[in-house]
Amino acid sequence: MLHVAASETAAMPETRSEAIRIENLHKSFGSLEVLKGVSLTAQRGDVVAIIGGSGSGKSTMLRCINFLETPSSGRIVIAGEEVAMRPDGSAANRRQLERIRTRLAMVFQQFNLWTHRTLLENVIEVPVHVLKIPRAEAIARAHDLLKQVGLGDKAETFPAYLSGGQQQRAAIARALAVDPSAMLFDEPTSALDPELVGEVLNVIRGLADEGRTMLLVTHEMKFAREVANHVVYLYQGRIEEQGPPDQIFDNPQSERLKQFLSSVY
Amino acid sequence: MQAFFDMLGLGSSAELLSLSPPGWGGNLLRGLANSLKIALGAFGLGLVIGLFGACGKLYGGKVTRDLLAVYTTVIRAVPELVLILILYYVGTDVINKISEAMGGDRVEINGVAAGIWVLGIVQGAYATEILRGAIQAVPVGQIEAARSFGMPSAMTMRRITIPAMMSFATPGLANLWLIATKDTALLAVVGFSELTLETRQAAGSTRAYFTFFLAAGALYLVVTLLSGLVFARIENWARRGQPSLKGAR
Repeated sequence: MLHVAASETAAMPETRSEAIRIENLHKSFGSLEVLKGVSLTAQRGDVVAIIGGSGSGKSTMLRCINFLETPSSGRIVIAGEEVAMRPDGSAANRRQLERIRTRLAMVFQQFNLWTHRTLLENVIEVPVHVLKIPRAEAIARAHDLLKQVGLGDKAETFPAYLSGGQQQRAAIARALAVDPSAMLFDEPTSALDPELVGEVLNVIRGLADEGRTMLLVTHEMKFAREVANHVVYLYQGRIEEQGPPDQIFDNPQSERLKQFLSSVY
Repeated sequence: MQAFFDMLGLGSSAELLSLSPPGWGGNLLRGLANSLKIALGAFGLGLVIGLFGACGKLYGGKVTRDLLAVYTTVIRAVPELVLILILYYVGTDVINKISEAMGGDRVEINGVAAGIWVLGIVQGAYATEILRGAIQAVPVGQIEAARSFGMPSAMTMRRITIPAMMSFATPGLANLWLIATKDTALLAVVGFSELTLETRQAAGSTRAYFTFFLAAGALYLVVTLLSGLVFARIENWARRGQPSLKGAR
């Protein structure tokens, strides 16, 4: 079950099953205000699709959750633990941020695999060196994960020799290797050739079926409708409308959402 | 062996270059060993200075960046011969002043250590710029990915940034190493017995200038050729995972 509210979330008690809570998030780049007070809560097991036009702030919002972008103000609470922030929005406690980041796995638009390491090395890098999992155990699990995303025979291959779709599936395996409590997908199929999109979406669909908590910024409306249990429409840095997918796609209330959907869906 | 050289009319040269006295070959090789010792030390010190310098220039505060800009600009502006004279004489003077102020005696500066420091400071300025450029060439997404998984910044530098930048840095660093081997010759001006000074002494005492300078040139050439082999291997390793550019003309 999902709770999303614009302003009353501040008073909401922190429940044990809550995965990610964003409260009144603001972000400016210089004089440009990209996020103008976004609040959103995802419970464990939720799949939240974030849609919106170019420049609506959806990627920025996702990147503020793990502080790849420094918020200007607001609160970020991950699994009940609030990220300590300085008055300027930067993380106050580096150790705490790093610990929280290990629970949030991100999948990037440009894959961002480490090109000097094989797929296997990419997948075991964080488990072995950050989480200090025994190497043999990490390798065994990495082989399972690569098999799960259909790359079981590519463990010793370097990323540059793979297609975009294969690289993105490897990036998903790398994200799964930390056994994250929530996954952040930043337009995972936007850099892919059309015929490669399907293979990546299939992997993500499988993760949704497993009950993984996911925040998914995407332009794939059909896919968002199919896998998400909640859809958020961002417009110019604010949540313009949100709700269950059937309602958002079949019965949009706001004019802007109607317009947006008629242009992309 | 001797007969073979005699047949070529090189009998006297071979005698002059023989490793045991009265031949001067041993002196030349000792000079070469000293040159290589200094070049290796200076190159290593330069790499360490360069790594900190590059990080300071890229991630440091304003004061750090300004100080490093002064360092790299001044060192690269002044001719190396002048720098060596300045750093060597000023350096020994300062150390002695400090030693005397603390009630100690004048200290004898070890030639190898002084050479390593002087050339290392010069190398550091160039290495700073090479490594800064190489770090900037690493796709920022790879570093972001590491940070997003909670990797601490020092570990990100060690595990991700440095290995990823190696392929961009290797050609420049190979140049720097070759310059280091040849810059050791400049230390002859402060009386350090590296290869060039040993050669000059041998040539001066025997009047066989051509023989000895040709031999020294050959030794420098051998060093360069062997370095080329080593750096080719290093570059091969640093470029692992990157497709060859041969197909993409």
